[in-house]
Amino acid sequence: MDRTTTEWNLSLNMRATLVALVLLVVGLGLWEGLNQVPSGGNTAEMTEYEKLMGGVEDTARVPPPSDVIERAWQELSNPFYDAGPNDKGIGIQLGYSLYRVLTGYLLAAAVAIPVGFLIGMSPLMYRALNPFIQVLKPISPLAWMPLALFIIRDSEASAIFVIFICSIWPMLINTAFGVAGVREDWVNVARTHELSPLKTAFKVILPAAAPTILTGMRISIGIAWLVIVAAEMLVGGTGIGYYVWNEWNNLDLTSVIFSILMIGVVGMLLDMCLATVSRLVTYEE
Amino acid sequence: MLDRMVESTLVRGIFGHSDMHRRQFMKLVGGGTAAAALASFLPMEAIKAAVKEDMGPLEKTRLNVGFVPITCATPIIMAHPMGFYERYGLDVSVIKTAGWAVARDKSLNREYDAAHMLTPMPLAMTLGAGSTPEPYIMPAVENINGQAIVLHNDHKEKRDPKQWKGFIFGVPFEYSMHNFLLRYYVAEHGLDPDQDIQIRVIPPPEMVANLRAGNIDGFLSPDPFNQRAVYERIGFIHLLTKEIWEGHPCCAFATSQAFATENPNTYGALLRSIIDATQYSSKQENRKEIAAAIAPTNYLNQPVTVIEQVLTGTYADGLGGVQRVPDRIDFDPFPWHSMAVWILTQMKRWGYIEGDVNYQQIAEQVYLASDAGKVMRELGYDAPDEASRNYEIMGKTFDYTQPEAYVKSFAIGRG
Repeated sequence: MDRTTTEWNLSLNMRATLVALVLLVVGLGLWEGLNQVPSGGNTAEMTEYEKLMGGVEDTARVPPPSDVIERAWQELSNPFYDAGPNDKGIGIQLGYSLYRVLTGYLLAAAVAIPVGFLIGMSPLMYRALNPFIQVLKPISPLAWMPLALFIIRDSEASAIFVIFICSIWPMLINTAFGVAGVREDWVNVARTHELSPLKTAFKVILPAAAPTILTGMRISIGIAWLVIVAAEMLVGGTGIGYYVWNEWNNLDLTSVIFSILMIGVVGMLLDMCLATVSRLVTYEE
Repeated sequence: MLDRMVESTLVRGIFGHSDMHRRQFMKLVGGGTAAAALASFLPMEAIKAAVKEDMGPLEKTRLNVGFVPITCATPIIMAHPMGFYERYGLDVSVIKTAGWAVARDKSLNREYDAAHMLTPMPLAMTLGAGSTPEPYIMPAVENINGQAIVLHNDHKEKRDPKQWKGFIFGVPFEYSMHNFLLRYYVAEHGLDPDQDIQIRVIPPPEMVANLRAGNIDGFLSPDPFNQRAVYERIGFIHLLTKEIWEGHPCCAFATSQAFATENPNTYGALLRSIIDATQYSSKQENRKEIAAAIAPTNYLNQPVTVIEQVLTGTYADGLGGVQRVPDRIDFDPFPWHSMAVWILTQMKRWGYIEGDVNYQQIAEQVYLASDAGKVMRELGYDAPDEASRNYEIMGKTFDYTQPEAYVKSFAIGRG
């Protein structure tokens, strides 16, 4: 009986992979097929007007996947070139974005987790700080940008600040929620053993609340990665967001699609890292 | 004061998409105080003759100069690949900027030593209209002419502005010649730009995408985006702005008063390289070479043919014709005081500034005609002897000595 279950599972996985592959091939095939440049009829000498217009074809089309793959090959085969302040390889751009995201995110974690503990352990502080959190939390992170540029007077630090402010809330709230939700008996046991509040926090509450905290951290990193692209499109200079903006400037959809894929892949990797960490701290009651 | 600045920065918004309601907001908080406060901010005498005759050692050789990727910035950009900065001992990084609000903020933050701006911006920044007041100077104009009104291909039959009621137009920034010229143009045709049409601030690269999506009916924007809209077969060129005002200023080279005072020799060298590059760009025979130099990713990031059509003036108009207008865009560094006065009259006319405006004084403080003239002569170019003159704009005379009467002379206006 066990055998059949495993075989059935295996074949389910295989079938899922198969379906995914079929969807991919059909999707790409349709995309490629529907966006072909019509051939023929273009052998005649172009008029001056047609030359200036860049040919006789007259409808814009989404670039087919073969173009995107070709562009990806070009970009990824030389990801770290540096041809001046406004033209750098995709690897360098992603590096800048990751640096900003991680700096802002770690700063946010350094603030959110201790404050979350405070709020979670103290009903007084919870009630006192809750109104501020509720007002600040729903503000679109980019709305902070003009204010940040004005006060911080540095566009690099402003971008990091925007990441900081957007990633702080899920971590803060999840930490507070996790800490407040630790089972009363466990805290009482700690109390009967006369553990100091600090020791209780580290020995009992932290391990108990860790899975919830990690969930908050995982949400935060996702949001931070979403926001960095928009922030860099706004402030420009370097980063994957700047890359998208610069190619948009040139109406170059092939590069835009390529960078969308890169953003997705990096976001997935960031999420996978956090998922791995959160598996390490899960426990069963 | 701080509150007001913070609020207005916030209101200015992030996406630049919001309509012109911000202006009403300025009205609410009182933009009129700005003009009165001006005199106390500006050390008048220190500004005059900032460029010295003898150049001492450069205080600073590594500079950051910001630009927005449009052909108006041609001299600022091409001075890099074509070695004009180097010629004057400077190691300049030209940095691409996503839009005018960010260019302004990065300049105010001193991340840029100097920057490509729109000619009304140093005036507005000095007055504190829409930003922190900070004395800015504009020692050189970049380009004259070189903008266009582009309409969506659907409007090929609607060439008379009287048919434009309800249209939505894009302009790149509020404090831009684009905004003021579009307002002037439709108002001369009897449309009130605040009532009969809608004007939206849209960063230039988004203009073409928005026109394609049908979110706007047209725009008055800098090139290459006019030509790019034609090249993408989305729109056609309705009118070149030189037909509204032949020789109008558009973009400028600007820096803070503080930078020029603290680094007089560097400022002098930078101004010399810019004026030299501007004069070089004004020569027709150099235009193809320049187009090839500024088209790559590091600079404009556009197809060479589009840039070439803009700079040479031989272009497809989007209606099936090839036009030959060599002065479609031209480059002339001299910052006429009368240009500043005209811009201020339009800011007053449309309610961007209120109260008494000392037109001539502000013009002289911000547009450094004497610096430009001195450098032009020194480099062997002709410079005008006077700094003001009258203009003929759509058949109406602008008398720079009578700015207030000029503001009052328009049937449509807020001032």
